[in-house]
Amino acid sequence: MQLRLIKDKIISKLMLVFTLASVSLVIIIGVGLYYRSLPVLNNSSWGQLLSSSVWKPMKGLFGFYPFIMGTLWVTAISIIIALPLCLLTSFYLSEYAHTRVKRILIPFVNLLSGIPPVIFGVWGVLFIVPLVQNHIAPHFVEYSTGYSVLAGGLVLAVMIFPLIVSIVNEVLNTIPQELKDASLALGATKWETIKKVTIRKALPGIVAATVLAISRAFGETIAVLMVCGNNAIVPHSVFDTGYPLPALIANNYGEMMSIPLYDSALMFAALLLFIIILLFNVISRIILNRLERNLAG
Amino acid sequence: MTSTPHISVQNLNVHIANQHILKDISINIPNKKVTSIIGPSGCGKTTLLKSFNRLLDNTPDVKITGKVLVDGEDIYDPNAEITHIRKKMGLLSQRPYPLPMSIYDNVAYGPRIHGNPKKAELDELVETQLKATGLWNEVKDRLKAPASKLSIGQQQRLCLARGLAVEPEIILGDESTSALDPTSTHIIEDLFIELKEKYSIVLVTHILRQARRVSDYIIFVYMGKIIEFGPTEEVLLNPKQELTKEYVKGFIS
Repeated sequence: MQLRLIKDKIISKLMLVFTLASVSLVIIIGVGLYYRSLPVLNNSSWGQLLSSSVWKPMKGLFGFYPFIMGTLWVTAISIIIALPLCLLTSFYLSEYAHTRVKRILIPFVNLLSGIPPVIFGVWGVLFIVPLVQNHIAPHFVEYSTGYSVLAGGLVLAVMIFPLIVSIVNEVLNTIPQELKDASLALGATKWETIKKVTIRKALPGIVAATVLAISRAFGETIAVLMVCGNNAIVPHSVFDTGYPLPALIANNYGEMMSIPLYDSALMFAALLLFIIILLFNVISRIILNRLERNLAG
Repeated sequence: MTSTPHISVQNLNVHIANQHILKDISINIPNKKVTSIIGPSGCGKTTLLKSFNRLLDNTPDVKITGKVLVDGEDIYDPNAEITHIRKKMGLLSQRPYPLPMSIYDNVAYGPRIHGNPKKAELDELVETQLKATGLWNEVKDRLKAPASKLSIGQQQRLCLARGLAVEPEIILGDESTSALDPTSTHIIEDLFIELKEKYSIVLVTHILRQARRVSDYIIFVYMGKIIEFGPTEEVLLNPKQELTKEYVKGFIS
């Protein structure tokens, strides 16, 4: 008897230790990044680093504003393109599609998420960049190479598409048929039922899926790096080049390290990315809690 | 029955996933009466009820032949307008499914879908229907609260009020009291008796006591066939068919 109880206690304590270890990793990474960023932070203030657009490492000038904006532009474009498509796809799959169609289409969507990012990058360079250059940009601006935040956003949109679709589809499947029947029985059409009942009920799940997708988009590196043009300039239109934070780190870390403070500046870029994602997750958690409280049941 | 029946079923056959669920059903549902469909689990009671407002359409692999006439109009006619048919019937399901919105919006949902009622009209309508289901005094101070905050019994009455708000002719109840406590069950049963003044009511139930208390007519279904149909007392106390006799005595269940 005693021995069993002791074993039980030991195992539960052990699991607690493992859990704490992995959770504390987040804090350790944050502290580590901050520590490594200190040299550049001692050189110039947070305000300067965040608001300056001048990126001249040779002169010791590190302005992160273009990179922050690059990240936000690419992420925002990808979500704006992907979200409506994803929602319509999910609603089609869960509400309209025949079982046989579903059985064929859903594995394809999942397969999309299994393709390595670098392949999306190559596809972006070979297909999306020329598409933007020759067919989209000419309608709006005089000249664009195609390497742009729009190209980055498009590639990212395709990459986060399967993520959102599969989560939202799962969420929609948990909504009881009887609830939809209740709306249909009142004479509502299928579309009215989706608009007024299903979406409301699924809203917390849709928000959660979007948050996950945005977090993924923030961090996506290689595919974006290949199509964005990577100029340290603040983008002013979707056809401008951009230089997102992850691309900055991946492109330069390990090279040009002889430049003083460069290493520390890249660490600061990583810290920024870390903070953006952290803040974003906290805010979305708050929104989600509020939604769940308002729509309980 | 002098006038045309609201619901008239003619040679209805329903197959789901190659199983013959309903076999050659023909019946006229009496107007302004409570009719209970009784029978053992899995005999097709609920399928029969759902065939009346085409909620079967959402079942995968379903095949339906025959006719269901609602006010003389065949609802399975390819040209039939489905929302119009469903509007004529209020459905009360096994468990209450309040829509994810406020108490007020739940009742106003149907009327809003079918037109653009003015605020004052809606207010009045919501009040009338909540009074009709005896819910008004309990909720009048919190109409804007989420419907899910109500007790299960209250939710079921809210669902009834929601159904009545589209001014149906028929009320369909699918074991509507099976999730409720005895007090709430009693309230709902009394409501059915009250409502038959204005509506034709069809209930699926497996509680014979309830069928006897509430209904005027009983349909006994067994293995997808209608075995017996008649006034409540006759079917329950003096059944003509051997199967009905056995079921009523409790041999088949």
